[in-house]
Amino acid sequence: MNKLITVSPSPHVYEDTTVKRLMFDVVIAMLPALAMSIYFFGIGAIIVTLVAVVSCLLFEWLIQKFLLKKEPTITDGSAIVTGVLIAFNVPSNLPLGIIILGSLFAIGVAKMSFGGLGNNPFNPALAGRVFLLISFPVQMTSWPVPSGFKTGYTDAVTGATPLGIVKEGLSKGDNLTDLMAQIPSHMEMFYGRMGGSMGEIAAAAILIGFAYLLFRKVITWHIPVSIFLTITVFTGILWLVDPTKNADPIFHLLTGGVMLGAVFMATDYVTSPMTTKGMWIFGIGIGVLTILIRVFGAYPEGVSFAILIMNAFVPLINAYVKPKRFGEEVNHG
Amino acid sequence: MLKTFVKGGVHPAECKFSEDNAIVNLPLPKTVSIPIAQHIGAPSKVIVAKGDKVKVGDKIAESTGFVSANIHSSVSGTVNKIDDVLDSTGYKRTCIIIDVEGDEWNEIIDRTTDLKKEISLTEKEIIAKINASGIVGLGGATFPSHVKLSIPDGKKINVLIINGVECEPYLTSDHRLMIEKANEMLVGVQILMKALSVSRALIGIENNKPDAIAHLSLLVKNYPGIEVHPLKVKYPQGGEKQLIKALINREVPSGGLPLDVGAVVHNVGTAFAVYEAVQKNKPLFERVVTVTGQLVSKPSNFMVRIGTPVSQLIEAAGGLPEDTGKIINGGPMMGKAVSSTEVPVTKGTSGILIMSKDASKRKKESTCVRCAKCVSACPQGLEPFLLIKQTQLEKNDELEQNGIMDCIECGSCSFTCPAGLPLLDYIRLGKSRVSRIIRSRKQ
Amino acid sequence: MNTTILFTIISLSAVGGISAVILYFVAQKFKVFEDPRIDLVTEALPAANCGGCGYPGCRGLAEAMVKSDDLSPFFCPVGGNAVMATVAKILGKEVTAKEPLVAVIRCSGSLAKRPRLNEYDGAATCTIVSSLYSGETGCQYGCHGLGDCVTVCKFDAIYMDKETGLPVVIDEKCTACGACVKACPNKIIELRKKFAKDRKIFVSCVNKDKGGIAKKACEVACIGCGKCVKVCPHDAITLENFLAYIDPNKCKLCRKCVEECPTNAILEINFPPRKIKDETGGNTEQVKSSEKE
Repeated sequence: MNKLITVSPSPHVYEDTTVKRLMFDVVIAMLPALAMSIYFFGIGAIIVTLVAVVSCLLFEWLIQKFLLKKEPTITDGSAIVTGVLIAFNVPSNLPLGIIILGSLFAIGVAKMSFGGLGNNPFNPALAGRVFLLISFPVQMTSWPVPSGFKTGYTDAVTGATPLGIVKEGLSKGDNLTDLMAQIPSHMEMFYGRMGGSMGEIAAAAILIGFAYLLFRKVITWHIPVSIFLTITVFTGILWLVDPTKNADPIFHLLTGGVMLGAVFMATDYVTSPMTTKGMWIFGIGIGVLTILIRVFGAYPEGVSFAILIMNAFVPLINAYVKPKRFGEEVNHG
Repeated sequence: MLKTFVKGGVHPAECKFSEDNAIVNLPLPKTVSIPIAQHIGAPSKVIVAKGDKVKVGDKIAESTGFVSANIHSSVSGTVNKIDDVLDSTGYKRTCIIIDVEGDEWNEIIDRTTDLKKEISLTEKEIIAKINASGIVGLGGATFPSHVKLSIPDGKKINVLIINGVECEPYLTSDHRLMIEKANEMLVGVQILMKALSVSRALIGIENNKPDAIAHLSLLVKNYPGIEVHPLKVKYPQGGEKQLIKALINREVPSGGLPLDVGAVVHNVGTAFAVYEAVQKNKPLFERVVTVTGQLVSKPSNFMVRIGTPVSQLIEAAGGLPEDTGKIINGGPMMGKAVSSTEVPVTKGTSGILIMSKDASKRKKESTCVRCAKCVSACPQGLEPFLLIKQTQLEKNDELEQNGIMDCIECGSCSFTCPAGLPLLDYIRLGKSRVSRIIRSRKQ
Repeated sequence: MNTTILFTIISLSAVGGISAVILYFVAQKFKVFEDPRIDLVTEALPAANCGGCGYPGCRGLAEAMVKSDDLSPFFCPVGGNAVMATVAKILGKEVTAKEPLVAVIRCSGSLAKRPRLNEYDGAATCTIVSSLYSGETGCQYGCHGLGDCVTVCKFDAIYMDKETGLPVVIDEKCTACGACVKACPNKIIELRKKFAKDRKIFVSCVNKDKGGIAKKACEVACIGCGKCVKVCPHDAITLENFLAYIDPNKCKLCRKCVEECPTNAILEINFPPRKIKDETGGNTEQVKSSEKE
């Protein structure tokens, strides 16, 4: 043991937060949603999650070790977050090969090719999901119907998501009230009894995770709240204009990936703006784009596209939306 | 709701171990090394020679300009030599080394302890006396006080702010002073008010010192114009700009001084020193120093003569702990780690903090994940993550545009960074580069 | 079917033709005159863009050289005299050959020779250390060992010796661009005249402290005793602030000072080993011829 004293520049004390702790906090925050999806989709949810996490970790390790020849940093937990998010964004009966391919795309293309954690312009999990959605549209949109805990993996009965039912019905000219009768009630949707990707169904569980993230000061409230508000206001206007053609705001908030996207994907540090003002712009952009795609676009769901498009704007937002400097508000008293 | 500043800020663990320990006079050392550069501005000029006999309070080095300060002997004895000694700046600087013989004070110093309330001097005389007594900002910045009191023509000051915030964790010297020397300090505030010709003075104290707030609130009833304001605990509230914002909601403009918004800020320690200088003819040669740390067996507040080696203070506080990893001159957020225990106490030493080996190691660096915690922690509204990158790439023009010169080096960004990046280390480097460029442009 | 193909070909060709005409006129209208010699000179330069010449990249230097009448203030440290001669030929101007230089590290305070008194823990650059304090050792003038010079070298000509904690210059790769000289906060690195066979004699110390203090901080410090000044037959050594300096333009590599130095602060590099101590020295010609193989 050496007796030398240490000299370093100030400050000499640090907050005990580390990147690793933040990442594991995100994982903890996702556990309630994972529990709900296991409850509704059974063993399939566990398999999908495990495969996604393990393959993300493996690809990150392999790329860092053999391609980049750097010290692997998989222990920082960011690959685990990406893995769980990929699992959350796919149906619980997706063939395992497709999940592995999605993980490879997310880690290899969307993350590592840009220089790894901290440098990727797009959320890796979302990039992986969109890649899969475009490459395997059938498998990616055959959602198992939620029922009690199931032990089978691929034998589940599949059906459409509420968003899909409404979108298809409206385009055929069906009456909205009839369509609403076919889908689960708002209350059922709130706790998660509906078709959809594994992690997006249980709004209540995701909100618990949101509360945990806020409590641990991992994220700030700005991005999720600005997304929720924008969607409420936008769909609220449409609904008030013509309630027979447009679904109500609560339907839009609870269905699809709005909750999951707003709480876990849009708030990804690397791909979101640095300032509060920037976060508002980012959130409003995601909200508007989501509804534009849902109501006027070809896809029934648009959260992932909206987030990816806004990700592309983040460097621009960061360059032009600067925090307000001290001394700008001059008051000479 | 308690008052505080709005933008940024962090809340490090307070750890005020020595807050209940009364100020103790430290025994005289055998020799003192008094640096001639203890303040911001030009170093003073030595006016004694080897072999000269000096008394306590004798002037031994003379101010060499407007922004400079006189230095007085803190002991009586013989000048041993004038040599380069490693001081708390981390470099060898010229020091006057005096061998202590007895404790004989200069006759003009009034050594009685009774409170002298009436102020007989005029504004000009007060400022001249403060200048002659070598008083500098005792909060740690060591800016010569008479400069802050000499208001340039065309500027109007309407409020004096007294900084009793002590937002640095661990330190308690100002806290103890506010309790034990409250009356003297308040008279000092009145002297400062007279020198500035203002009728209002606000004392800002963080809410973690309820005894000081209660004590002073009671006493200020006898001192018209002085108000005590409790503040919410938040670092860096002791920064001039943040304190002005918290107390009177005015923002000092970028590159400006507090007097641009009609305020002048002085530390409580400075106010006490002003009282002693003006009312008791006692120049600045001793100050209160907190010696503290998790491992220190007797955390204490000492009245210390300037020039005493730090090792003596540590000895008096129970000795250097076995597991010492770092010794800091000042608080943990802005203090400077010293490389030797023999460095002398200077006018700017507000505390000596001893940290364990574990606590003195930095967090392991990882990559920036752009979490924006540094942006929300910065009290000046800057973007530290951007400044570190631009410093590494030497983009000096961009750095200037992004306001690097507004950085107050409070360390909130480095404190909060989850990736353990040395943000402030680089920002300081960028700042020195940019200031060099700005200076060369002016010439 | 055939007509479709025909129409496509015709219309595309027409679009192409019209665009070509427009582009031609636009190019004519917005043509910026540039001295063609700038390109020629840029071509002749080594394209390292190191900035060693003091200009932003090779093109910056080329522009400045083309504009100026006199080439003497310019020098490409990477290309050296050969490149400067080519440039002079292109521009039809005069150029005088400059002596080749090489970077020399003037500090021998290795981990073994210079005891560490404290440990630095912070951002790993020498500039930040030197703005913070005097460094890990008792010598505030010496190498901080964090390798700012290594980072800044564009030619991989400097590496950090892990054992000594000091940088080492690879003479063959060094182009004397001066980037390391500027990067070093303690001004340890100096560009010195390159002698035959990369031989060097220099005071490997920049400590300006008094002898006793310097010696206490570092075994191989120059203590300013002045013995080398007395022994030098060529008046090449000067002593200032307790520090000796050998002027490379006066030094004849006689090696007398090396023997005289009590702290081994003067280094001789790339010389053959001395056979008998008393015989060495004398003039360089002899040394050279004795070494010929």
